Amino acid sequence: MVIWTSMIWTNAIMCRLEELCKLEAHQDRAWYVAWSPSGKLLASCGGDKAIRIWGQEGDSWVCKSVLSDGHQRTVRRVAWSPCGNYLASSSFDATTTIWSRKGGEFENIATLEGHENEVKCVAWAPNGSLLATCSRDKSVWIWEVTEDEEFECASVLSAHSQDVKHVCWHPSKEILASCSYDDTIKLFKEEIDDWTCFNTLQSHSSTVWKICFDVSGSRLVSCSDDKTVKIWQEYLPGNQEGVVTTGNDSAWKCVCTLSGYHHRVIYDVDWNHLTGLIVTGDGGDAIHIFEEEEGSDKNQPSFNLKVVVNKAHTQDVNCVTWNPKIPDLLASCSDDGVIKLWKYHT
Amino acid sequence: MSLDNANPVIFEATQARDVSPEELDDDVVDPFDCREIFDLIRLINDPEHPLTLEELNVVEGSKIQVNNDAESVSVEFTPTIPHCSMATLIGLSIRVKLLRSLPPRFKVDVFISPGTHVSEEAVNKQLADKERVAAALENSHLIDVVNQCLATRR
Repeated sequence: MVIWTSMIWTNAIMCRLEELCKLEAHQDRAWYVAWSPSGKLLASCGGDKAIRIWGQEGDSWVCKSVLSDGHQRTVRRVAWSPCGNYLASSSFDATTTIWSRKGGEFENIATLEGHENEVKCVAWAPNGSLLATCSRDKSVWIWEVTEDEEFECASVLSAHSQDVKHVCWHPSKEILASCSYDDTIKLFKEEIDDWTCFNTLQSHSSTVWKICFDVSGSRLVSCSDDKTVKIWQEYLPGNQEGVVTTGNDSAWKCVCTLSGYHHRVIYDVDWNHLTGLIVTGDGGDAIHIFEEEEGSDKNQPSFNLKVVVNKAHTQDVNCVTWNPKIPDLLASCSDDGVIKLWKYHT
Repeated sequence: MSLDNANPVIFEATQARDVSPEELDDDVVDPFDCREIFDLIRLINDPEHPLTLEELNVVEGSKIQVNNDAESVSVEFTPTIPHCSMATLIGLSIRVKLLRSLPPRFKVDVFISPGTHVSEEAVNKQLADKERVAAALENSHLIDVVNQCLATRR
């Protein structure tokens, strides 16, 4: 059944989000969903300590596997390796588990220990050779992935003063970004033999829950407990705009703040690498989609709201993520335990 | 262990609420009101004293807001002293009680009454962070302590 959930008119173009399907995914809150690199599988995790793998059969999406023996507590995050052959899961039980996909089966091949408490996020570098994790213990760990499926800790970064909520890698350079309960975003790079923080982005007035690079990696979007979304622009050394940089490092400047759209904390933001659309999920059960205005100045861009679905879920929307191959396909999940797939129509 | 506040001022508890015939009639729509929320939290036990949060004036009916249209409930609580180390635990107990009692569509906010605690901002931020609350509730020691606060004593 197709349900027309929300319709709004913006700039005389009708955009809407059509609910394609609803999956009763988890017995507790659903924290996160992640598309496989091919866009054909969706992994989900939640408060029921399980990971579920979803795939399409005919017209419907079905649960293909349940990985329930990896963690003792909530599974907060799942991440596919760039090759799609591995899945990493991080948990409140302080561990990160690596699953190897052979055929249709998932095998637990490694458990990464070291964080003192809840691991909030795990992320693979684009070339698959590095993995980053972060925790309430305020640290970010970088792990090297060896050819024989071993994972060695390469660095422990203690730059944040609080709980680190999320880590993500730059799409093409070996740069890691993190965001925290300390209200900041930090950027890390490898220097000589160790990883160091080379930039701290300050503008949010409360916890930064999520960050995401655009396809070029020269922009970053962040969302926060302060109910705003911010767009950050990279300025290279010697930039024409005269933004001051230090040494060989770029400067990052907040060039746009989207406020007034969200009424509660924003838990997730995702920048579509195929279309440039930005989607958010918030504690007011809503999903918003924003588009940059055509011809907008990169130093002070304008983003317009294209769609808002106010009751996208019956409880907080914890995650929204664009399919990496199908430009208009979106997945979301919520405290109500449900995953929804959506089609964006322009 | 010494108590944070050895001699708290004790307040009189309210009487049980009169239940109207309409409230017992399933055909009458009965929205949530402040008194019902107050009844849910006023008997929570203080972590330090054999007294309820109402008897210590930590929670008051006048500091509760209910909005049935927006499906939100907001509770302000007042620690007995500005440096009370139990403020986070009290706030967590109020939040857990309401999470367990109210329909999940309700958004619950729990705050310290403005200007009544030295770490007001930090405690409020922690209570509002649902990820930290969720992790705390998976901690068996902490959930035991919260359950003791929520256990009915009389």
